[in-house]
Amino acid sequence: MGKYVLKRIILMLFTFLVIISICFVLVKLLPNKPAQQFGRDMQLIEMRREALGYNKPLLEQYLIFVRKSLIGGDWGVSEVLYTGQDVWQKFIEKMPATVIVNAYTMLFSIPLGLLFGIYAALRKNRWQDHLISTLVIVFVSVPSYVYAFLVQYFLCFRLKWFPFQMAAGYDYLSFKTFISIVPAILSLGFGTIAGLTRYTRAELTEVLTSDFLLLARTKGLTRAQTTVRHAMRNAMVPIFPMILGEFIGIMGGSLIIEQIFGIPGVGPLYVASITAATPDYNFFMLLSAFYTFIGLASGIIVDISYGFIDPRIRMGSKKA
Amino acid sequence: MSSIPKSAFEFVPPEGRMHDKKLETKPVGYFRDAMNRFSRNKSSVVASYIILVLILYAILVPIFCETTYSKSLTDTNYINYAKLPPKMPFLGIDGTSRMTVNKNRYIMYRALEEETGLPVIRDILREDYTDESSGNRKNTFYDLRIDNYAAMGMLSLSLNEQQFEAIQRWQDETGIQVIYPAITDAKQSNPNIWYEADKKGQPKLNKKGELVPIYRKTTPEDTLYHSLRIPADNDPAQPLAYARVTGTSSARTLVVRVSKYSYFQYRYGFEPSFVFGTNAKGQDIFTRLATGARFSFLLAICISAINLFIGTVYGAIQGYYGGTVDLIMDRIADILNDVPFMVVTTLFQLHLANKVGVVPALLFAFVLTGWIGMAARVRMQFYRFKNQEYVMAARTLGARDARLMFRHIFPNSLGTIITGSVLVIPGVIFSESSLTYLGIINLESSTMTSVGTMLANGKDFLATDPYIIFFPALFISLLEVSFNLFGNGLRDAFNPSLRGAE
Repeated sequence: MGKYVLKRIILMLFTFLVIISICFVLVKLLPNKPAQQFGRDMQLIEMRREALGYNKPLLEQYLIFVRKSLIGGDWGVSEVLYTGQDVWQKFIEKMPATVIVNAYTMLFSIPLGLLFGIYAALRKNRWQDHLISTLVIVFVSVPSYVYAFLVQYFLCFRLKWFPFQMAAGYDYLSFKTFISIVPAILSLGFGTIAGLTRYTRAELTEVLTSDFLLLARTKGLTRAQTTVRHAMRNAMVPIFPMILGEFIGIMGGSLIIEQIFGIPGVGPLYVASITAATPDYNFFMLLSAFYTFIGLASGIIVDISYGFIDPRIRMGSKKA
Repeated sequence: MSSIPKSAFEFVPPEGRMHDKKLETKPVGYFRDAMNRFSRNKSSVVASYIILVLILYAILVPIFCETTYSKSLTDTNYINYAKLPPKMPFLGIDGTSRMTVNKNRYIMYRALEEETGLPVIRDILREDYTDESSGNRKNTFYDLRIDNYAAMGMLSLSLNEQQFEAIQRWQDETGIQVIYPAITDAKQSNPNIWYEADKKGQPKLNKKGELVPIYRKTTPEDTLYHSLRIPADNDPAQPLAYARVTGTSSARTLVVRVSKYSYFQYRYGFEPSFVFGTNAKGQDIFTRLATGARFSFLLAICISAINLFIGTVYGAIQGYYGGTVDLIMDRIADILNDVPFMVVTTLFQLHLANKVGVVPALLFAFVLTGWIGMAARVRMQFYRFKNQEYVMAARTLGARDARLMFRHIFPNSLGTIITGSVLVIPGVIFSESSLTYLGIINLESSTMTSVGTMLANGKDFLATDPYIIFFPALFISLLEVSFNLFGNGLRDAFNPSLRGAE
């Protein structure tokens, strides 16, 4: 197991390095002239760039980047969005807003998703199952921003239950902030719940029709006992890694929902860094690395967690 | 045996041969079989009809409806018809909306009705009340249901003599009043108000409690108007002036008040009526949405086709040769697959948008990572079939690799490929709309729009004019739901063993 994990991690780091290197080269090939602006000391900017090695050959710059940014964690200063401020600091500052919205979303959608999925599986091919399955198709398909518009129009504008935008300030755990992000949580939640419901239903129905469950029933266990103790534990084997993966994924957040509800998170930072008149490449590099890393990490954690959850899979890997 | 008399035996008729009997039913092929299964799945059949309607809408509307979308680029007059709500008489949607107005505006609407004869106020829901919460006890309010098309009111236009003459001729022909008497502009700048009023629009009534008109009286130089006159214009000694004349005597400019409603009729030949309403620039949403949808469909189908091609070839080589080739190619695909799509799009936009244009750059971004799924599917099918006996037989008979790959093994993966290609389309449309909505790519140009652009433009009017965003959002939701249903149906039809999974 340990060897397998190590192998996966090394492979992941290799992939990460390749992607980031390609990104770096592509970004460096772009024209990167600081914007002329009134009140800006162009000479100072040029001097700083010279000192940071912006004018050196590409390979040398790349080595500096690997040493300083990837290993040292210094991603430079912002040149456009937050002039002169440390990119990493700003990024860390934006992180909590993204995490909090997505964490709330997961907290309320995982139990609901599981519940609906289990219910649909137990009522398979009856009207309850058909209803849930139909709704799942609709909710999985409709894009999350459409929910955002609906929530914004009906709950925020018509009924005036929630404010249009997230409350300002850094007080992320206060009740006021929570109320102000409920619309975002709702808009994100529909799709997540539907996805989880579909997955749970599919896995559970498969287990419920297997022979060992019939055996458990013939032994005299009640239906509830077989479902909870035997079927659920088996069905959770693929479901749990998926949930774990989504939990890692929440850091990536949802660009579009954050944009719509004015959540000062990582997503709007990314969008702002590239839609600015002169893109803020330092932010872009950091956030590209971040999103790549999140994607890779969630994949690897899903794979490894299979082994931890289910001893049978672990043993299988040893033999191989 | 001998007890059976000879007469009980008879010859089998020569045409009644039992073996070699021709099959009475037609053989059911793979696609026929899949079609049969598909047509039994009701929701997928319904979904495919919805898709058909959406595609026909995207193709036919831009061709057959004269697009106010393209016309509005050159015709600045459209801006006067911005934000008109949808009007679908056959569904009972009549372009009216509920509105709370103050008294001055209420009087203005009544005066407009009196002048033009178009019913502005359809219903009075609540009359002449004071709003305690606003703290202003003096203002009284009205809750009305007004006809937004009639409430557009008046427009000030500067015309030359020919244009003025042309409108008058049209008026005489049709009997529809377009030009209304000019007002004394020293007293009022708002063309909708033809009565004496202060700056806030509060009317100054005469002793009888009536509105006092501020129409201009004819001046000697204004002899150009000879057409319809409003009923109030009944003093032959001193008729009203229908234009304010400015400029020199050789090049006169006539400033006229026209009714927006009838001016539209004069200008475009039909009454203003927009099925889906108009957006903030006065563009008809119905035709614009169709134009955007056509673009989105075209993009998605192109990407699907390119992905199909690359993915098939890549996956076939991977699956057929296996071993080291497969390992290396798989690694490359893995790395590409792990690049976040957002980052790919951004880099392509930054690098290529200026050189080859926004759309090709977007297309490349989609293609760069899009084929991987297809390649994986084809590879899996190749692994399943490449060692089967019939392939062996073909190889022994001397078939070459390319022939084995594409004539013998490839047809087995057709089902998964078709399903995959169809399911690419909603994915592309969704990604495109998200990217344009975020502003990472900009598809708004003089000749083009996309569904995502329309959503992005409509979001500022979500509270006041929700229909601007409603129809694009409805379109994309319908499209996503029906494409997913359709794709699921196809998958179940081609691979019955996969049913229920996922």
